[in-house]
Amino acid sequence: MSAQGKKFFGYLAALAAVLALLPLVVTNPYYLNVLNVVALNVLVVTGLNLLIGYAGQISLGHAAFFGLGAYISGILSGSYGWEPWTALLAAAVVVAVVALIIGLPTLRLEGNYLVMATLGFNLIVSVLMVQLDDITGGPSGYTGIPSLSFFGAPIASDISFYWLAWGAVLVGLILARNLVHSRVGRGLKALHEAPLAAAASGVPIEAYKVKVFIISAVYASVAGSLYAHYYGIITPATFDIFKSVELVTMCIVGGMGSLWGGLFGAALLTPMPQLLAVVEEYKDIFFGGILLVLLIFLPQGLVGWLEGKRVRPGGRAF
Amino acid sequence: MGFGDQLAQYVISGLTTGAVYALVALGFCLIYNATRVVNFAQGDFLSLGGLMAYSLLIGAGLPMALAFPLAIVAVALVGALLERMAIRPARSRQVMVLIFITIAASILMRGIFKHLWGKQALALPPLSPETPLRLLGATFTPQNLWVLAITLVAIVALIWFFNRTLTGKAMRATAINSSAAALMGIDAHRMTMYSFALAGALGALAGVLITPITSLSYNVGVIIGLKGFAAAVLGGYGSFLGAVVGGLVLGLIESLTAGLISSVYKDAVAFVVLLLVLFLRPGGLLGVKGGNRV
Repeated sequence: MSAQGKKFFGYLAALAAVLALLPLVVTNPYYLNVLNVVALNVLVVTGLNLLIGYAGQISLGHAAFFGLGAYISGILSGSYGWEPWTALLAAAVVVAVVALIIGLPTLRLEGNYLVMATLGFNLIVSVLMVQLDDITGGPSGYTGIPSLSFFGAPIASDISFYWLAWGAVLVGLILARNLVHSRVGRGLKALHEAPLAAAASGVPIEAYKVKVFIISAVYASVAGSLYAHYYGIITPATFDIFKSVELVTMCIVGGMGSLWGGLFGAALLTPMPQLLAVVEEYKDIFFGGILLVLLIFLPQGLVGWLEGKRVRPGGRAF
Repeated sequence: MGFGDQLAQYVISGLTTGAVYALVALGFCLIYNATRVVNFAQGDFLSLGGLMAYSLLIGAGLPMALAFPLAIVAVALVGALLERMAIRPARSRQVMVLIFITIAASILMRGIFKHLWGKQALALPPLSPETPLRLLGATFTPQNLWVLAITLVAIVALIWFFNRTLTGKAMRATAINSSAAALMGIDAHRMTMYSFALAGALGALAGVLITPITSLSYNVGVIIGLKGFAAAVLGGYGSFLGAVVGGLVLGLIESLTAGLISSVYKDAVAFVVLLLVLFLRPGGLLGVKGGNRV
């Protein structure tokens, strides 16, 4: 194994150890619930970071993929009696196809067309979730989603879901790391550094970008399905454009394109609204302000900062 | 009311909202040309325009002729402040980071608006009394005419500014090639700041015009802002003429589909149009380059 690989699996083992020990300290169901939400966000953001870091593209539609995962899985199991795990897989397949349809025409183009398309897509999905109320339950949400089970035992309690969600995060990190070190990952890295040289060397740029986009959408879908089966109730507001913004913000604050960045960003920002609840009246002002300061002064993200990455000062964006 | 009358009705209301989308789209366009940044605080400029006008008019009791221009100037200053305090000092020059700075600023601004003006809906009076007018079988209010006329004036003023004044020409030069402009002694930072100020003024103007028709609250600009963005893409992102055409066309499409098909999905129509444009004609209606393949 390479030195880099050793480093990655060293960190991963340390994370797993912390996660295994955490429930000994954190027994309060409220904090467990926060940790579970962090896990789901980490999962989405890990996928999103693959897209940002390796395809150089931003998606403002990941809350919609997260939401589609939640609604498709929830409705198939709640209204049509599907086995929840099968419903989760079906949702992932549908989301992959949707991502293919969005990604294929827009990722061909140079520039930030994907961000525009995903933004529009998220807004459309939000309207549909509210308006198709026969199927989705409308603005008040969809209820009665059964929980997932593990060999017949339901995964309903906060602690059992903790193991499932963080287990999924560990698997998600390993898969993401493998993708980065695969042929596709190397090709995309080359593309990022020298697009023309990469294309000239026969890297199928478009196909790789679309592939990474689909994979990142599937991460979001799986996290969404897990969310739906955990809470049993889902509402459209959870999956709106502001959630998409929040997810990308987690990538940026944690460290764009860094595998570990998602973990840091999600862990820092997920509990922020709860922490800021003490200043309820000024919540948005604090959140916006903190974000603004971080983006202005620490754009390399927390992981980048810890690694001693410096941002080249000066220069202009244009 | 016959079909023709109905159609005339939809066209008038479509053109009215379309004019407002055009103003918002022009704001997006200005900042994009100066910095390549999509300014997600554009919708908040609109909200602030309406809110400031409300406070100056109702709160301070100023006459309309003073309150509305003052509100527009105030938001222009906020726009300049955004550039000076958040965009210029940013350590990273990556467009992606700058875009998210505008998103953070948008969250911050909405928080401040909510704190200062509250969550409830406010009412901004129209520019002149609401005596309904009739034309070609359509009934409309004088505010519809005001919106169209003032938008037209604003566009003419912009054309004059960019073609006839030194500052306007310097801004265009910076947008075309900032280093060459800098070599000619143009202060590019200052021109960028002017772009933000102008975008703020256009947003505020849109807010003063549209909030008497829709309603006024701390977050009224969010959805209108996003639709203005869709309008800019429809016309050809970064093109001035495209922004105007895109705004009007989008307003018409929205009003006609809502009237003739169904109003249930009214808020989705603009974004379906956005996706279709990106899939079929990514350069927009008037875009010439755009859509280069990698």
